[in-house]
Amino acid sequence: MSEHSDRPARMISPDQGSIPAYIEEVWANRDLVAFLVWRDIKVRYRQTFFGAAWAVVPPFFTMVVFTLIFGTLVKVASDGQPYWAFSICALTAWNYFSQALTNAANSAINNASLIEKVYFPRLSLPLSAIVSPLLDLAIALALLVPVLAIAGIMPSARLPLLVPLIAMALATALGLGAILAALNVRYRDVRHLVPLLLQLGLFATPVVYPASLVPEGLRPLLGLNPMAGVVEGFRWVLLGSATDPWPLVGVSTVTALVLLACGIVVFMRLERGFADLI
Amino acid sequence: MQPAIQARDIAKRYRLGQNAGASTMAELLSAAASRMLPGRRKPAGNAAAEFWALKGVSFEVAPGEVVGLVGENGAGKSTLLKILSRITPPTRGSVSYRGRVGSLLEVGTGFHPELSGRDNVFLSGAILGMPRADVRRRFDEIVDFSGVEAFIDTPVKRYSSGMYMRLAFAVAAHLDTDILLVDEVLAVGDYKFQQKCLNRMDAIAHDGRTVIFISHSLLAIQAICRRALWLDRGMIVADGPASGVIARYAGTDHGSGGIARDWPDAAEAPGNAAIRLRSARVEALGAEPGAPIDVRQSFAMSFDYDNLREGAYLTADLLVTNEAGVVVFNAGPTEEVRPAAVGRRRERCVVPGDLMNDGTYRVTLELRDRGEVLLSMPDLLTFDILDNPDGRFGWYGKWEGAVRPRLNWTSEALD
Repeated sequence: MSEHSDRPARMISPDQGSIPAYIEEVWANRDLVAFLVWRDIKVRYRQTFFGAAWAVVPPFFTMVVFTLIFGTLVKVASDGQPYWAFSICALTAWNYFSQALTNAANSAINNASLIEKVYFPRLSLPLSAIVSPLLDLAIALALLVPVLAIAGIMPSARLPLLVPLIAMALATALGLGAILAALNVRYRDVRHLVPLLLQLGLFATPVVYPASLVPEGLRPLLGLNPMAGVVEGFRWVLLGSATDPWPLVGVSTVTALVLLACGIVVFMRLERGFADLI
Repeated sequence: MQPAIQARDIAKRYRLGQNAGASTMAELLSAAASRMLPGRRKPAGNAAAEFWALKGVSFEVAPGEVVGLVGENGAGKSTLLKILSRITPPTRGSVSYRGRVGSLLEVGTGFHPELSGRDNVFLSGAILGMPRADVRRRFDEIVDFSGVEAFIDTPVKRYSSGMYMRLAFAVAAHLDTDILLVDEVLAVGDYKFQQKCLNRMDAIAHDGRTVIFISHSLLAIQAICRRALWLDRGMIVADGPASGVIARYAGTDHGSGGIARDWPDAAEAPGNAAIRLRSARVEALGAEPGAPIDVRQSFAMSFDYDNLREGAYLTADLLVTNEAGVVVFNAGPTEEVRPAAVGRRRERCVVPGDLMNDGTYRVTLELRDRGEVLLSMPDLLTFDILDNPDGRFGWYGKWEGAVRPRLNWTSEALD
């Protein structure tokens, strides 16, 4: 083949390349991401009896427990909505995030054999890890909207706004997940840290309580946790709440984007050592 | 023409130790504690021992060239291939390349046991870097090559290991990149499938693609590659036409023994008051000294020694063992022993060609005076017998057996 002498030479060296070139490479490998997602989805409910029902069972039971404890016993305010509806909307979003973050944090070590034997931009791993739980989220939403409608909470024109909110959850999960995945290669402590983080995060996020419990002036600070914006946004869309979540969502969007950028930079810096450390 | 691959002074350092340089909290605490104790100061950072897997390797590969990489285990072959395929970065130096690079460092990269054969073909293809359209276009060809059509929709966890390997190799064999890096994927499957794999490798090699190939089968390298690089302890020690490099590689002694030993100084020669061994060697007959021995060639073993005991009834006893530790033969002189005078003597025997299998052999020599052992030299010599491509008919697998005699064989029709 004579044509490859005309191609530009590419270089392997001890230094890392530029960020735009890296992003471009990840994009060029989107087929691989698609296949990894497809593999995850195909394998997830293999040899299970309930199959995809597992996508909705955990948030459902958490909702039941939370409704009994926080709604009936403690009587936490729920912005004038029935507590079950109030909590299931938040739990649907949170459940996606917790699944995506866990997957992403373990994505590098779970694919150790690939990292050792073949090259591809490693960001494909956390990226595919956060995309595959979207299916579960879609199933949950597809059930939730009619259930709310039966209960008298009709879907509104706000529904399409779920898309940017989900994108925000994706960005958060990817940013944080990429950092955790990279650290996990060196320190397996991360595997034990993630469930703890998620447990604390559940209470740092207005899932069981409304953001309105926080004094109005401090509320945007709650948005430093990007999932706070996502969860409040979900409620605003699905329940048609009157309280405007936009200051909170605005702050959350900025934090989510900063987190995403940090995640990509940190991951890129650490990924070159993966094959030697894993 | 511009080179397809140009490696400049690549070096790779690994840190030895449990956690490859990462420290645990327990280590940090104990280091801090020992710093506080007077008199127990240790310089920081000395714990991580270093190991240079590659120490400055430079070479160029022209487009369309097929290069074999030989060297012992731990010589740095796999590290070099990992750097070329971008799996791990070099510590120093750089590589530039032109064209798309594909690497096959393992058979079955990316296979998932729960998925069907069909799904795995697509998945593994995507992971190896094949565009989806290519996999779809060549799907039938891949399945046909693997010979597992009947089970293509069965999860691969139900496959036999042979079927699994065949399907995995079939995907890999259809990877169409300009530059292909291959590590020891030939040792798969049975005789027929091996032949298929080698033919495929051969076809790829003659397709104008640039290939770098590691194999422990020197014969396969000789058959497929025109050029070979010999890596030893992280450095290139030979680079040139495959046959020459392989002959040199096979001619070196691996480990103890060697093909020739001499003790010019009698004081240092092994022995005692009765006997001193002065030299021992193995050499192919009808070839220059040091030339490798192949399975077709006869070779001689000779041992020179000084007899210091007048009238000793000297007998030599040879023990030749193969890599598996099996004694291939035990031999000595067959004539009646006569008393020997003091002076230099030589024991020599010729092993016919077409008898020994290929492999590495160790020679133990014992010299006796009647029943008394005067000298016993375990692993005195080590030598290799190389395979010979003639009579292989395109098959390169390991030839079974402790010996490999060429038999007087007839084959005829009886009616």
